[in-house]
Formats: sequence, structure tokens, C-alpha cells
Amino acid sequence: MKMTAFAAVSTIAMISATSAIAGPEAEVLHWWTSGGEAKSVAVLQQEFADNGGTWTDMPVAGGGGDAAMTALRARVLSGNAPTAVQLKGPAIQEWYEEGVLADISSVAEAEGWADVLPASIAGHMQCDGSWCAAPVNVHRVDWIWANADVLEANGIAMPTSWDEFNAAADKLSAAGIIPLAHGGQAWQDATVFEAVALGILGADGFHKAFVELDEATLTSDAMVAVFDQMRTMRGYVDSNFSGRDWNLATAMVMNGEAAFQIMGDWAKGEFMAAGKVPGEDFLCASTPGDGFLYNVDSFAMFDVDGDDKKAGQDLLAKLIVGQSFQEVFNLNKGSIPARTDVSMDAFDTCAHLSAADMQASSDNGSLLPSYAHGMALRGSQSGAITDVVTAHFNSDMSSADAVAQLAQAVANSY
Amino acid sequence: MSEWLENHLPKMVLAPSFIAVLVFVYGFIGWTAWVSLTRSKLLPKYEIKGFIQYDRLFASPRWDTAMNNLFIFGILFIVIAMILGLMLAIMLDQKIRTEGVIRTIYLYPMALSMIVTGTAWKWILNPGLGIEATVRGWGFENFSFDWVVNPDYAIYTIVLAAVWQSSGFVMALFLAGLRSVDGEIIKAAQVDGIPTWRIYTAIIIPSMAPIFLSAFIVLAHLAIKSFDLVIALTGGGPGYATDLPATYMYTMAFSRGDIGQAASSAMIMMLVVFTIVVPYLYSELRSKNDG
Repeated sequence: MKMTAFAAVSTIAMISATSAIAGPEAEVLHWWTSGGEAKSVAVLQQEFADNGGTWTDMPVAGGGGDAAMTALRARVLSGNAPTAVQLKGPAIQEWYEEGVLADISSVAEAEGWADVLPASIAGHMQCDGSWCAAPVNVHRVDWIWANADVLEANGIAMPTSWDEFNAAADKLSAAGIIPLAHGGQAWQDATVFEAVALGILGADGFHKAFVELDEATLTSDAMVAVFDQMRTMRGYVDSNFSGRDWNLATAMVMNGEAAFQIMGDWAKGEFMAAGKVPGEDFLCASTPGDGFLYNVDSFAMFDVDGDDKKAGQDLLAKLIVGQSFQEVFNLNKGSIPARTDVSMDAFDTCAHLSAADMQASSDNGSLLPSYAHGMALRGSQSGAITDVVTAHFNSDMSSADAVAQLAQAVANSY
Repeated sequence: MSEWLENHLPKMVLAPSFIAVLVFVYGFIGWTAWVSLTRSKLLPKYEIKGFIQYDRLFASPRWDTAMNNLFIFGILFIVIAMILGLMLAIMLDQKIRTEGVIRTIYLYPMALSMIVTGTAWKWILNPGLGIEATVRGWGFENFSFDWVVNPDYAIYTIVLAAVWQSSGFVMALFLAGLRSVDGEIIKAAQVDGIPTWRIYTAIIIPSMAPIFLSAFIVLAHLAIKSFDLVIALTGGGPGYATDLPATYMYTMAFSRGDIGQAASSAMIMMLVVFTIVVPYLYSELRSKNDG
């Protein structure tokens, strides 16, 4: 009897819930499930609800998005794609080529996205000239973080060239401090590698090598020099670095065990969460060399049926790029807004530096996509490069061999 | 009617599982073989392009490493686990008083999942936390045991953890085998004054040949499909020094959106399994026909 009553009540509840849906609808697939990230998504969810929308959350954690991509593949193959999916960089174009993305140009044009987004970032959001994705934030990848007390005690300034970095590191080694906190995981090796490559190849060389995959640049002497510097850096990490997670490396900088870490600005979140103050407890600077490597999270809009869902898609796109969400979300996440007209008053000094550098590098053409974080190349190409980088860094392979393997691996990745 | 049922019931009962196996095993093997001949990237495509994925696979240094690791790992794992398991079983067979307790102790690692084994050994082998740090803490400052972070030796740590996990199970298999040897023969040999070690090498172990074969088949398929242990223990690192074919395939299919490449590596893995299983099946079937 009880069961029947329960069933009846839940049936009524279900019916009333279905009939309540009338406004915009969106099912959002993402993998922002950890603390600060989940909070950031909740902001968007709230705004969406405030505008009369119904949000169906579809968080798939695990594997840095691998699990979510597997879920997406299954959904698309069964002809039932989610409304919006957390996707970034060339992956957006890859899905576009499968013919499953929607056109949100009407929203983008009404909101004037082209005027407020840096040109190279806007390029990622467009598929064959029409808008198909909405950018959420800009993470800068080429950061170097330092423990302020350790640098002061050893009389070291933030390095502005790789030679200065090497000199500082030698000094720190002699003083018994680990110069570079690093975690030996392939993507972290790649992160350090691209920062070094940007410094040594310059913005043009970086673009040629990691966006155009120009063979002459990949096999140039400058690339040999990049691997030489990587070999030098290998001497600056502790012997126990293999497999260490990036946040543990950040903790080593925080407690003074190590002096520097090269990592994107999600590391800032770790410092902040531990109550450290930028400029006092820890320092942030761009890695030696000119340019700005960005890692932009975005939501790609998939083709959906039904006016409710299309309305939800448009509303979602509008809110994501809207000023208020861009500010609140990025304050939570530690990145900076993708649009350039958001007030930066509430942000910290590192974010100010990041925003100023993004504007400047966008003007002089050195605003570049990060290869290590899947912004510059498709998965199989960037993966092939990372294989060589991590094999070189974790063995005694010579720089010349690494360069030869690099060209071969890229050619073999199509 | 009842006669009809009697004749057809077994077939009807078996049909669903037969169809399921046909579709989900052989059907998908065929599908994978097809996809491995295409240029599928993010989503499967069905336009056949020849053996390009296999060319790419054999040109990849990472795949070479993965295959080498499979042979190093497979051979060492199977041989060491069998030797250790046999020795443990023979020692337990000496009618010792606490056999029940000891057998349970050795069998328990099998109850753990590979993920737990891998994570525990990751900490034990970590130079900054585990054995090396402990021994150095005792005052042996020069002691070094950094296999897990050394690309040349890391694969042996996988062997170590896998042997730890599985040798108790092999022991149980062999113990059952030892107990099934006819006691009369052993007594007769003892009466003839043959030393114990000769009884083992000349009588007991040869009569356990089928058990060896079973143990080998179980361990071989554990070795080839090893995935979770590597992921938990080394994550495939340092670099990709401990990659195995299974982790290679996973990376290609799920991290890099290179389904064609993943399918071709899966086909090669299947061929490796066949080279082991087919001779086994052949010998099994032949002996049945002979009998």
C-alpha cells in the first residue's frame, strides 16, 4: 500500500516536472567537478536558472576530460548530442568536421563578440566563418612561479632570460634548494617544454613549429637548443619527480623546498587556497621570452532538435560570454576573462599582469595557442610531439636524436 | 512434443549466450579489424584505406617500447610467478602445522585489486617515501633503490608488483596439483629409498603438467591485458618507459582521438594472444581426438 502511494506521488511529481518545462533548456556536458571548478559551474547554472532556463547537468569526471569525451562520442553516435559540451581548441574544429556542431552566429553577432574577444581566440570559436563555440576563460600557460623568501634569501631576481634562469638555478642548487619543482608526467614535461620553446624560438618560431608544423623549424638548430635547455632543466629537478602531481610540485614551492615552478595559472589557485599573497609570499612572472601561451576553455554548441533546446543554447551562449559571468567565473577559477572589456578591479596582481600581457601580445601578434594543452594541434599531432618531449626528458637521449625523432613523429601522426 | 523439447531444449537454452558471444566478441573483433584499415580519427569511419594504420604503428617508437615491455614483463612475470608459486606450494606441502594460516597469508594479495597493489607499491618504491628513504633513515646514506623513477628499470617494478600479487594464486593452483598426485606412488618411492627431492623432480612435478599449462594460460592472459597495474604504479612513466600495448591503445583511442591507430594496436594484441592460445587449443583438441 505504501509503495503504491509512493509510486503515485512520484508519478504526479514527474508529470508536473515535465509540464513545468516551457522555457529554454540546456543539457551541459563538462568535467569541472573538483572544488573551485564545480563552484564556477554553479555560477553559470544559477545565472541560467535566473533567466528562466532549465539546466540539466551532465558532469563526467576522470582522465582530464577523456571520460567526458568518451561519453560525448557515445551520445553523438546515438544521435542524441548534449546542448553544449566543454571542448577546446582544434577539438572544436574536429567535431565540426564530423558535422555535428550548431551555428550560433546570430547570438555572437547580436552580442558583438568579434569586438570584445582577441582575434586569435575568436578564431578558435569559429567554424568555417560561423560561430560554433563560446569561450569561458583564458588560462596563461607560460608562467613561472617562485617562492619570494627563497629568492630573497639567495639574492635572486625573477629571471628574464633562460641564461639567467640557469645561473639562478645553479646558485640555488649550491645552496641546497631544489631549483625547479616539477612533476614527471607527460603533460607537465610538455608544459615546461613549450615555455622553453617560446623563449628560444620566439613567437614566430613557435607558431611555425607548433601550429604550422613546419618541418624546417622542427629540425632547426634552434630546436636543438630547446632540447639542450630541457636537458639542463632536467638537472634542476629533484630525483623523485617521476609521476608527481602538479599541485604537489606547487606545494614544494610554497613551503620553500623548491624555488621555481613552471605551470599554468591554475597553480595560482593552489597558492591562494593556502592563504599565500601574490607579490609577498609568492611571485608570478611570464617565463623568459616574449609572447603569451593561452589555454582557453570553451563550450561548443551541438546540433539539437526542438525550439526549447535551441533557445537554451542561445541563452547559454549569451550568458557565457556576458560580462558578469566572465568576471565571477574567472575570479573563482584563477584565470582571466576571455573578453577584454571586463573590469579587472576585483582580480589579483597576477591576473592584472596576465590581462595586460594578453592585450599587448594580441596587438603585436605573439598571442599564441598552447600546444601542451591541446590548443594548437589535434590530439594525434600534439600527442606525437609530447611522446618525444617526455622520452627525451626522462632518458639520456641526445638533443639531435630528439629533433630527428620529432620530425619523424610528426610526419607519422597523420 | 516432449521429445521435441528434449531434443531442442539444450540448443534453445544455449542460443542467447551463443548469439551474445557471436555479436559481442566475434562481431566486434570483425568491426575492430575493419576500423583498423580506415583513417578513423575522432569517430569511426568505414572507408577502407589499406594498411596505413599498421605502417604508422610499426614506425612508432612508443609502440616498440610497449611491445618490448610486454615481452620483458610477460616472460619475467610468468616465469618468476610460476617458480615462486611452485616453491611456496612444495614448502606448504611438507605437512607443516600452520599451513592454513600461511596459505591464507600468501593467497590474500589476490583479493586486492591491481589498482590497490599498484598504489601501495608506488609508495613503497618511491625513493622519497618508501624503501630508499627508510634505509637512508637508518643511516645508510648511499643506499639507492630508485627503480620506479629510472626509465631503464621501471618495467621491473611492474614485474615485482605483479609477481607479489599473483604468486599466491599460482601457489594455490600448484598445491591442489600436488595434493592430487596419487599418494601410493609416493609411498612406493619412499619405500624404495628415493630421496625427497628426487621424488619431486622425477615423479610429482612431471605428473602435474596440466596444472603448469593452466597456470601458464592464466598468467599469460593476465600479462597481456595488464593495464590497471601500470596506470596505478607508474602511469606509463617515466616518459613512456612502462607503456604496455593496452595502455598504448587506451591513449590512442581515448586521449588522442586516433581510433584507427587504436584499432590496429588492438589487432596486434589479439594476434599475440592467438600465438599463445592457438597452440594450446590445438594440443587440447588433438589429445581429445586421440582419446
